[in-house]
Amino acid sequence: MSEVNARKIVLEPVADNNPIILQVLGICSALAVTGRLETALIMCVGLTSVTAFANLFYSLVRNYVPGSIRIIAQMTIAATLVILVDQTLKAVAYEQSKPLSVFIGLILTNCIVMGRLEAYAQSNPPWPSFLDGLGNGLGYSAILIVLAVIRELFGSGKLLGVEILPLATDGGWYVPNGLLLLPPSAFFLIGLIIWAVRTWKPQQVEKPAFRIQAGQIHGAEAH
Amino acid sequence: MAAKDTKAYALWVAFVLCLVCSVLVTAAAIALRPLQQASRIDDKRKNILRVVNMYEPGINIDEAFKKITPKIVELDTGALVADIDPAGYDQYAAAKDPAQGGRAIAGDDDLAKIKYRPKYATVYFLYNEDGTPRTVILPISGYGLWSTLYGFLAVEADGNTVVGINFYQHAETPGLGGEVDNPVWKQQWGGKQIYDAQGEVLLRLVKGGVDPDSPAAAHQVDALAGATLTSNGVSNLVQYWLSDAGFKPFLQRIAEQHAAAAPGA
Repeated sequence: MSEVNARKIVLEPVADNNPIILQVLGICSALAVTGRLETALIMCVGLTSVTAFANLFYSLVRNYVPGSIRIIAQMTIAATLVILVDQTLKAVAYEQSKPLSVFIGLILTNCIVMGRLEAYAQSNPPWPSFLDGLGNGLGYSAILIVLAVIRELFGSGKLLGVEILPLATDGGWYVPNGLLLLPPSAFFLIGLIIWAVRTWKPQQVEKPAFRIQAGQIHGAEAH
Repeated sequence: MAAKDTKAYALWVAFVLCLVCSVLVTAAAIALRPLQQASRIDDKRKNILRVVNMYEPGINIDEAFKKITPKIVELDTGALVADIDPAGYDQYAAAKDPAQGGRAIAGDDDLAKIKYRPKYATVYFLYNEDGTPRTVILPISGYGLWSTLYGFLAVEADGNTVVGINFYQHAETPGLGGEVDNPVWKQQWGGKQIYDAQGEVLLRLVKGGVDPDSPAAAHQVDALAGATLTSNGVSNLVQYWLSDAGFKPFLQRIAEQHAAAAPGA
């Protein structure tokens, strides 16, 4: 019982139970901050530390918190951590924090944070809870980094602001795909990633919610 | 653990939790405030240096900024005001504060859609070696499509030739209106003329590209492709801040001084 399979707890949410592509959580910020790799990386660090430490701290106090106020207690802890991350960013990386604007504050509303607190930290000891938060943060980060690399490289020909593909407007040959700079493009990319991963791991494919069967439309239910 | 289910216990836990969390948040906010303010000032200085092409990554900002002198200008007269300390003056806060001379702009006059205009503005001087002004850097702001754009426009001491433009804060669409940050687009501003011989502001953005053969080309900059409303906003804010309501009286004074200092010109 006391034996904790740390490796499994951390790695499972990255590939097999990814918060974005399997649970389809945290999509809003995945669209908003992946236009540039730098902002995506800051967001990854922010979200991973909030999820991991919120899980850790909540798990420490979980036995003292009555069930009737547990959600609000989880939220208070997560909100405190989000403010700490936001304040720290403004102090040490002001210029980089500007494009993230509201999205750091909105980590709190990210379903991954509250989801892990309620689903895992509520009923597990501190150390596995911390690892679970870390793993889910990393799972989110993995997808964000993939999205940001594709979007920044093909949308503006750069990575981390360094020119990789010389742009036609600056005398190079690459004509950037402007669609990739707009948030909706991340939707298409996430869709393609989900398709690829579910082809690779068919056990992730969900069962259809219902199936139309022969004769059903003209059957008793139609009347 | 029957006590755990009572209301008093729940309230007690909530109280302790909130107290601990609020102490943490307060401590962080107070401890980090000096650092945050320093970063904010550095960021503004960086943007001022950028508009006169003096910024490169990794330079010492304090050192580079020594060449630039902030001064306060009374917008209506264009005269420099000595009794306000530029270090403590925030013109955007003052614009909304009647006690500091700020006032609302009447609807029709509010070309830049900024609602309030300060009485005094902070301008930045860059001097030649002989002590005469070389460039003046003017703060500009105005509404684009989604957001108010804040930036700087640098003008040569003749009060008419643009050195550069740079926006340090906006939330326009990345890739479209956000291209106000594009270095290639910003480069076009250098050398453009603001006023015609009658003192009318002609500087503006034009759709479809500037025709280099047209006599007006010296006053025109390409509009941003796919960002009509941001382009209109930039045109309007530049026109507003260079008009009589903005920095025109100040630029005229600078131009007169410049002409007096160089009689041959």
